[in-house]
Amino acid sequence: MTLLTTGLGAHIRSASIRGKVQGGEHSARSVLFLIALWLCLFVAFGVLLTLIITTLIDGSSRLDSRLVTEYPASAPERAGFRPAILGSIWVIGVTAVLTIPLGVAAAVHLEEFADRTKWFNRVIELNVQNLAAVPSIVYGLLALGFLALLGVQNKNIVIGGALALGLLVLPVIIISTREALRAVPLEIRQGSLALGATPLQTVWRQTLPASIPGIATGAILGLSRALGEAAPLLILGALVFVSFDPNGLLSGYTTMPIQIFNWTSRPQAEFHELASAGSILLLLILLAMNGLAIFIRNRYQQRW
Amino acid sequence: MSTLTPVGGPALVPGRPAVSLRSTRPRHGEAFMRLLLRFAAIVTIIITAGILIALLVPSVEFFRTVSVFEFLFGDRWAPRFADASFGVWPLVTATAWTSGIALLVAIPLGLGAAVFLSEYARPGLRKVLKPVLEILAGIPTVVFGLFALQFVQATLFRDWFDLDTGAFSVLAAGLVMGVMIVPTIASISEDAMSAVPLSMRQGSAALGANRMQTTVRVVFPAALSGIIAAIVLGVSRAVGETMIVAIAAGGQARIVTGPLEQGQTMTGFIANAALGDSRVGSLEYDTLFAVGLLLFLVTLLFNFISIRFVRRFREIY
Repeated sequence: MTLLTTGLGAHIRSASIRGKVQGGEHSARSVLFLIALWLCLFVAFGVLLTLIITTLIDGSSRLDSRLVTEYPASAPERAGFRPAILGSIWVIGVTAVLTIPLGVAAAVHLEEFADRTKWFNRVIELNVQNLAAVPSIVYGLLALGFLALLGVQNKNIVIGGALALGLLVLPVIIISTREALRAVPLEIRQGSLALGATPLQTVWRQTLPASIPGIATGAILGLSRALGEAAPLLILGALVFVSFDPNGLLSGYTTMPIQIFNWTSRPQAEFHELASAGSILLLLILLAMNGLAIFIRNRYQQRW
Repeated sequence: MSTLTPVGGPALVPGRPAVSLRSTRPRHGEAFMRLLLRFAAIVTIIITAGILIALLVPSVEFFRTVSVFEFLFGDRWAPRFADASFGVWPLVTATAWTSGIALLVAIPLGLGAAVFLSEYARPGLRKVLKPVLEILAGIPTVVFGLFALQFVQATLFRDWFDLDTGAFSVLAAGLVMGVMIVPTIASISEDAMSAVPLSMRQGSAALGANRMQTTVRVVFPAALSGIIAAIVLGVSRAVGETMIVAIAAGGQARIVTGPLEQGQTMTGFIANAALGDSRVGSLEYDTLFAVGLLLFLVTLLFNFISIRFVRRFREIY
């Protein structure tokens, strides 16, 4: 054993001496280090690829039009995601309407008007950073407690789900909007103020329009996170048999991740295939949203 | 003095500026709008207060029936049985196993990816790799859970490796959760490493160090606070992750002693208990919030440690 380790050490030492002559980048240790780094990336992306391929194989038999047109049913061959898709659209739409204006307003205050030397504003900043990392299921509990406080009997309503997801997305939108605002150079603001605009006019006519691409990217990424989220909605009783199209804020609903979870927990293999097919659909939607966000970032973002 | 008075202007009073930069008439609309913006920022504080109140009120009810000592140190979790027992220890061990396994995967992979992206990859390769990492970050946790249950546990562990395990295991849930956390750790620690000034790398290279030596001995220590922040945030995410463990880790709350056993985590319990319709105000309902409070406090602790470390590296460079 000792012989082996000293032998190895000597080998590395001689290699590193040789390496130094060549510029040091080709010593055994350097090469091993680089190989290890490649391996890290390879494993991470390998798992991603395996996940996509196995899900595709499992779900391919059910990737047809019935997947989007049919309602859930006790027979897997007749079941589909129609109400879940519509439910997801409703919940995410309401979430967007609730959180984007609020998040942008909060970010404008923190970035443009708040006096950072005051302790209260520092507390708000720290608080937003912490909220971004609070487990999603805790937001579900908060919404549950809130609905109970209001005396709402039926927790499974669109506005309740949107409330929970909105709380989840709000810090993401605030943080990305602040970053977008910070990227607008000070000279733009100073020029506007020098021309006689009030601080609020400056924000409304110069700073905000200039940061719209960044805000849009952040909002889309935040909403796509909400679209894939299941835990808080599970708490709010979204795991129900819905055989109708949701049609309003107080309507019952289920969403795609919840429907996938529902079918994953059934024993029959056919339902697992259905869950895999639904996962592919959800991944495609999320990929499209992410692609849109990246496109907006690359196409419209100004480099000052 | 009076000779200095500007034409048509106010008289110059010693000690006060002659021309005020304040607007001549009050802008009530503007003041109102700024108040609204301020309120939007305060909403975030209200949310945190709301979380605390929503968790604390039912928890206080819970701890009237169950002592804090029994909750924290009891080793049997059976809230629904006739002889109910509320020792949270089994849930904590399952959470520790899944999170521990996840971090064993996520720390090396995440840091390796970060080092490669920050120190080795050419700009063209970075442009391809970063969006792929973002896609990995965007995969819904339900899909990860399905993958852990169907492929990792059923196909890989049971069919291919022929391991002695049931339908669920903390190992399958932990491994997949680790891959889920890789983008979190990679992106924050890459930020920290990219923030290390180029001059430090040049100095290291000038002293004869190669790229690996520069990375390990100069960049890594300089970015350490950011790397620690990334890891601590990863811990927080692992502890709070729900769907993967709810699907793949199992549903029986027993103390976990090995990676191939099944186990119910804190989040797994909340998700499962919420499926049954528990009445508002019942002990079962309060139990949810007591476990939620414990979860919130644990992640709060990790988040604050992480934020502290991030501030430090932002301040230095």
